[in-house]
Amino acid sequence: MNADTRHDVPDVSSTANSVFRTNGLTRTYRVGETEIHALRGIDLTLYAGELAVMLGASGSGKSTLLNILGGLDHASSGQVLYRDQDLSQASERQLTIYRRDHVGFVFQFYNLISSLTARENVAIVTDICRDAMAPEQALELVGLGQRLDHFPAQLSGGEQQRVAIARAIAKQPAVLLCDEPTGALDSATGRQVLEALLAVNQRLGTTTVIITHNAVIGEMAHRVILLRDGRIASIERNAQPCSPSTLVW
Amino acid sequence: MRSLRRKLFRELVGMRGQVLAIAVVIGAGVMTLILSVTTLNALQLTQERFYQQHGFAELFAELKRAPESVARRLADSPGINHLETRVRSGIRLQVANFDDPVRGLLLSLPDGRQPGINRLYLRSGGLPDPERGDQVVISEPFAEAHELRPGDHLQAIIQGRQERLTISGIALSPEFVYQIGPADLLPDYQRFAVVWMNRSTVARATDMDGAFNSLVATLQPGASAAEIQVLLDAGLARYGGQGAYDRDDLPSHRFISEEMNQLRVMAVAFPLVFLGVSAFLLSVLMERIVRTQRQDIAVLKAFGYSNAQIATYYLLLTAFIVAVGLLLGIGAGAWAAEGYARLYMEYFRFPTLEFRLQPGGIALAILVAAAAGGIGTARAVHHSVRLTPAQAMRPPLPEHFQQSWLGGTRFWRWLDQPGRIILRNLGRHRLKAILSVLGISLSTSLLLVGSYQFQAVDRMLDVQYRLVQQADLHLSLTDPTSERAIGELRHLPGVLLSEGYRSVPVRIALGHRTYRTALLGMENRSVLRGLIDVRHRQQSLPEHGLILTDYLADELGARPGDSLELEILEGERRSRTIVLAGVVAEPIGVGAYMERRALNRLLGEGPAINGIWLQVDKTQLDALLPRLDRLPRVAGIGLTGEAESAIRSYIDETVLVLMGILLLLAGSITFAVIYNNARIAFAERQRELATLRVLGFSRGEVAWILIGELLLLTLLAIPLGWAIGSGLAWLLNQALSMDLLRIPFVITPQAYGFAAAGVLLASALSVLLVMRRLYRLDMVSALKAVE
Ligand SMILES: Nc1ncnc2c1ncn2[C@@H]1O[C@H](COP(=O)(O)OP(=O)(O)OP(=O)(O)O)[C@@H](O)[C@H]1O
Ligand SMILES: [Mg+2]
Repeated sequence: MNADTRHDVPDVSSTANSVFRTNGLTRTYRVGETEIHALRGIDLTLYAGELAVMLGASGSGKSTLLNILGGLDHASSGQVLYRDQDLSQASERQLTIYRRDHVGFVFQFYNLISSLTARENVAIVTDICRDAMAPEQALELVGLGQRLDHFPAQLSGGEQQRVAIARAIAKQPAVLLCDEPTGALDSATGRQVLEALLAVNQRLGTTTVIITHNAVIGEMAHRVILLRDGRIASIERNAQPCSPSTLVW
Repeated sequence: MRSLRRKLFRELVGMRGQVLAIAVVIGAGVMTLILSVTTLNALQLTQERFYQQHGFAELFAELKRAPESVARRLADSPGINHLETRVRSGIRLQVANFDDPVRGLLLSLPDGRQPGINRLYLRSGGLPDPERGDQVVISEPFAEAHELRPGDHLQAIIQGRQERLTISGIALSPEFVYQIGPADLLPDYQRFAVVWMNRSTVARATDMDGAFNSLVATLQPGASAAEIQVLLDAGLARYGGQGAYDRDDLPSHRFISEEMNQLRVMAVAFPLVFLGVSAFLLSVLMERIVRTQRQDIAVLKAFGYSNAQIATYYLLLTAFIVAVGLLLGIGAGAWAAEGYARLYMEYFRFPTLEFRLQPGGIALAILVAAAAGGIGTARAVHHSVRLTPAQAMRPPLPEHFQQSWLGGTRFWRWLDQPGRIILRNLGRHRLKAILSVLGISLSTSLLLVGSYQFQAVDRMLDVQYRLVQQADLHLSLTDPTSERAIGELRHLPGVLLSEGYRSVPVRIALGHRTYRTALLGMENRSVLRGLIDVRHRQQSLPEHGLILTDYLADELGARPGDSLELEILEGERRSRTIVLAGVVAEPIGVGAYMERRALNRLLGEGPAINGIWLQVDKTQLDALLPRLDRLPRVAGIGLTGEAESAIRSYIDETVLVLMGILLLLAGSITFAVIYNNARIAFAERQRELATLRVLGFSRGEVAWILIGELLLLTLLAIPLGWAIGSGLAWLLNQALSMDLLRIPFVITPQAYGFAAAGVLLASALSVLLVMRRLYRLDMVSALKAVE
């Protein structure tokens, strides 16, 4: 086993192993008279333990898809299954519980609560979950064990993003959805953040989806999903995902 | 600038809730200002015109009896412009289909013509025909109360003789604008009338041919009323003069003046509070707008907009809000002022109401509201101007927070994360939190003041009618009478208890301060007329010395133990120095008291009385009243219960209407402060709240962060509001204390409860409105927005 490559590729073919399945998923926005088709029929399966990178031009529908998978938004038509649960039929309440128990989110602009310290920002999630890890442990995992009592304003962008990751994974979610997690960071800091994401994916087996504009990041993924105009243009398997530390951009 | 204007318009639409809330508070301030200034103005104008056009007297004097020649001599005195004599007498009236006794004041008119002074304003009909002795003019409120018209008849008892009178006209007089019977506290239009009759008829009935017992005078410009008063007193002393007095001692004029003073207090106090609060609300809103528009400002500046243009833009925003407030306030103020002035017309009987929306008042309102807006906006605009483009373009940083001193405490560890968010947010924006607490507490205090007034007035009436005036019936006698009359009355049907008193008009002086009032000589341990101290304990009369209403003692600057000059304005007009033995704390009216027999001695008379209080079996009242009516020496019969209900309805209609408006306004302020706060808190936290929703918090849990903060602010504000409100109530109490009545300073637990409940209700309402937004909060777009 080479230090720069990984071989623990999860099973990405059997439906029994699937976490998400979408059928003919569409999402249209209505702005005045015109209709904008953000998603035009997505059939996609995501598998347990996989790390998928989603690429695509601006406006191709990446965020829209991720938001629907995360229970932040409803599809206009089609079906989204999370394991056996039909998210497209779920009520607002059920979606809240779904998010609380199963999903972790990481955003481009971190979205930390500015009035809470790093530890408290994580605790805010662990307080409401059953099988959560200790906030300190989650922060340790992203390499911030020493910055527990710092407020967001006292942390760098990369550190803030890692707090956001710790917050997302502290409840040991089944899926981790990241919308341009390195978008606001320089490449060195970006690599640190990706390391943290990979560590979580490997140690906890969390199904992870990372949206990015940076095609290089695809090299660390098990699969690279390319969106174009609200449709899936291609899905590429990566037999030998490499470590984030080797990525250069 | 066109695009800027469009931006302005969109923002106003977006914030319409807050814009309206603030405009309402500004409107409330403007309304109270317009209301008091306009009403004050209307009263002043109307009063001036009526007084002037109808030759209102400047000096008055009552006496026993003097020949006309005395008046002719006095009329030539320097300083007197015009002097007229008349005959005046108490009469009793009977109105068809009305069983209660009616007291009247009979005044003479020159036969067949208007007097030169105190000319009547004839509402309908005409003056009595000089040839007809039965014709009378009656006062308008009395005529209205009984629906009497010219041509109708009345039965009267004048000096014990029954007469049938014909109404020739219905009139108003500047002397009786506030038409109140002698010894009455409030008008009772059904049971008190002023009646004018030809001089020759009155003189015949009262045995006053060629003589007079009342005179009125006007002064030459620049003449000293005090000097002429002395002159009249000297000239009339031999004729049983009761001391000349000026307009200030005439109940009608005095009450109008006191009412105007009240309005003056109102004109300053309430607008100040309301506009102060709206300045605060505006400043919070504008600062928030400038903060969120840092980037817009930077972009505009980068593209070459000048500071002046940007400042103008924000000032326009304020100007719009102020303008809406002004429109609301002026409209509501004009409407309320007209209504309020009409209400006054019920009590102050002027021929017409000179009601006009004064441009001066409106200009003042605009000025004051604009100042409030300017003060409120200045800081925010200053910030916007100081911002350099580069500064504003920088990406937003998370706000700075620090561990607080609470950090390590057990309380802090016990707090959950939302609790910590709430506390840290408040701690971070300390000034804003303090101002919010202050704003909410101001509305709490207004609610407290409002409900304090309601309850205090009620308490005042309870004290007056349960502890002070305990008699059911009150008889005034035409002349001092032997005290044997008290015992005789006990045999009448339904009379349970009777007590006599002796009342004389007096002038009390200490140093240069003097006061005219009635001195009441009563039984030492009177059962039917209480004398109470501040704690409502019954006081007994000292054997010697005088007791005064505490308000009167304060007016004179007298303290127990001081020697007062007492001038008896009756009979021989003796003067005495008398010691102030103590004070009593009655809430209505002012008076002086002493032991009756001591007063009899002071007057140099035997054990005499000129009034009787009765406690009666009310079921036998119908049988009793006609019997009393037939007694020859009874000048008037008063029913306490009727007086009480009259005063209660007076209070209901005037004081309480005003307080009702105040409560409404306080409610709107409370709502505006809390709603504005909630909206801004929501807008600023939107992103964090959306994040929490994404993390799996339910709407209720997220809402708690907002609600908790408001609740905390409200809970902090309530005790402060109680404190401020108690202070305001006390000040108001001081400012509104007057001869007529003094509202006691008692704030009941209910009032505190009411104020707190009102604020909590307003909070709940604002929270509900903001919750609607929270429910519609779109997580995806809230997170997308980079603020
Ligand atoms: N609230 C909305 N209202 C109207 N149209 C929207 C809305 N949100 C997204 N869209 C449209 O849907 C399409 C897909 O948007 P989406 O945010 O998914 O793109 P994306 O792939 O994430 O782009 P980017 O890489 O720029 O983030 C775009 O054309 C966008 O304009
Ligand atoms: Mg996107």
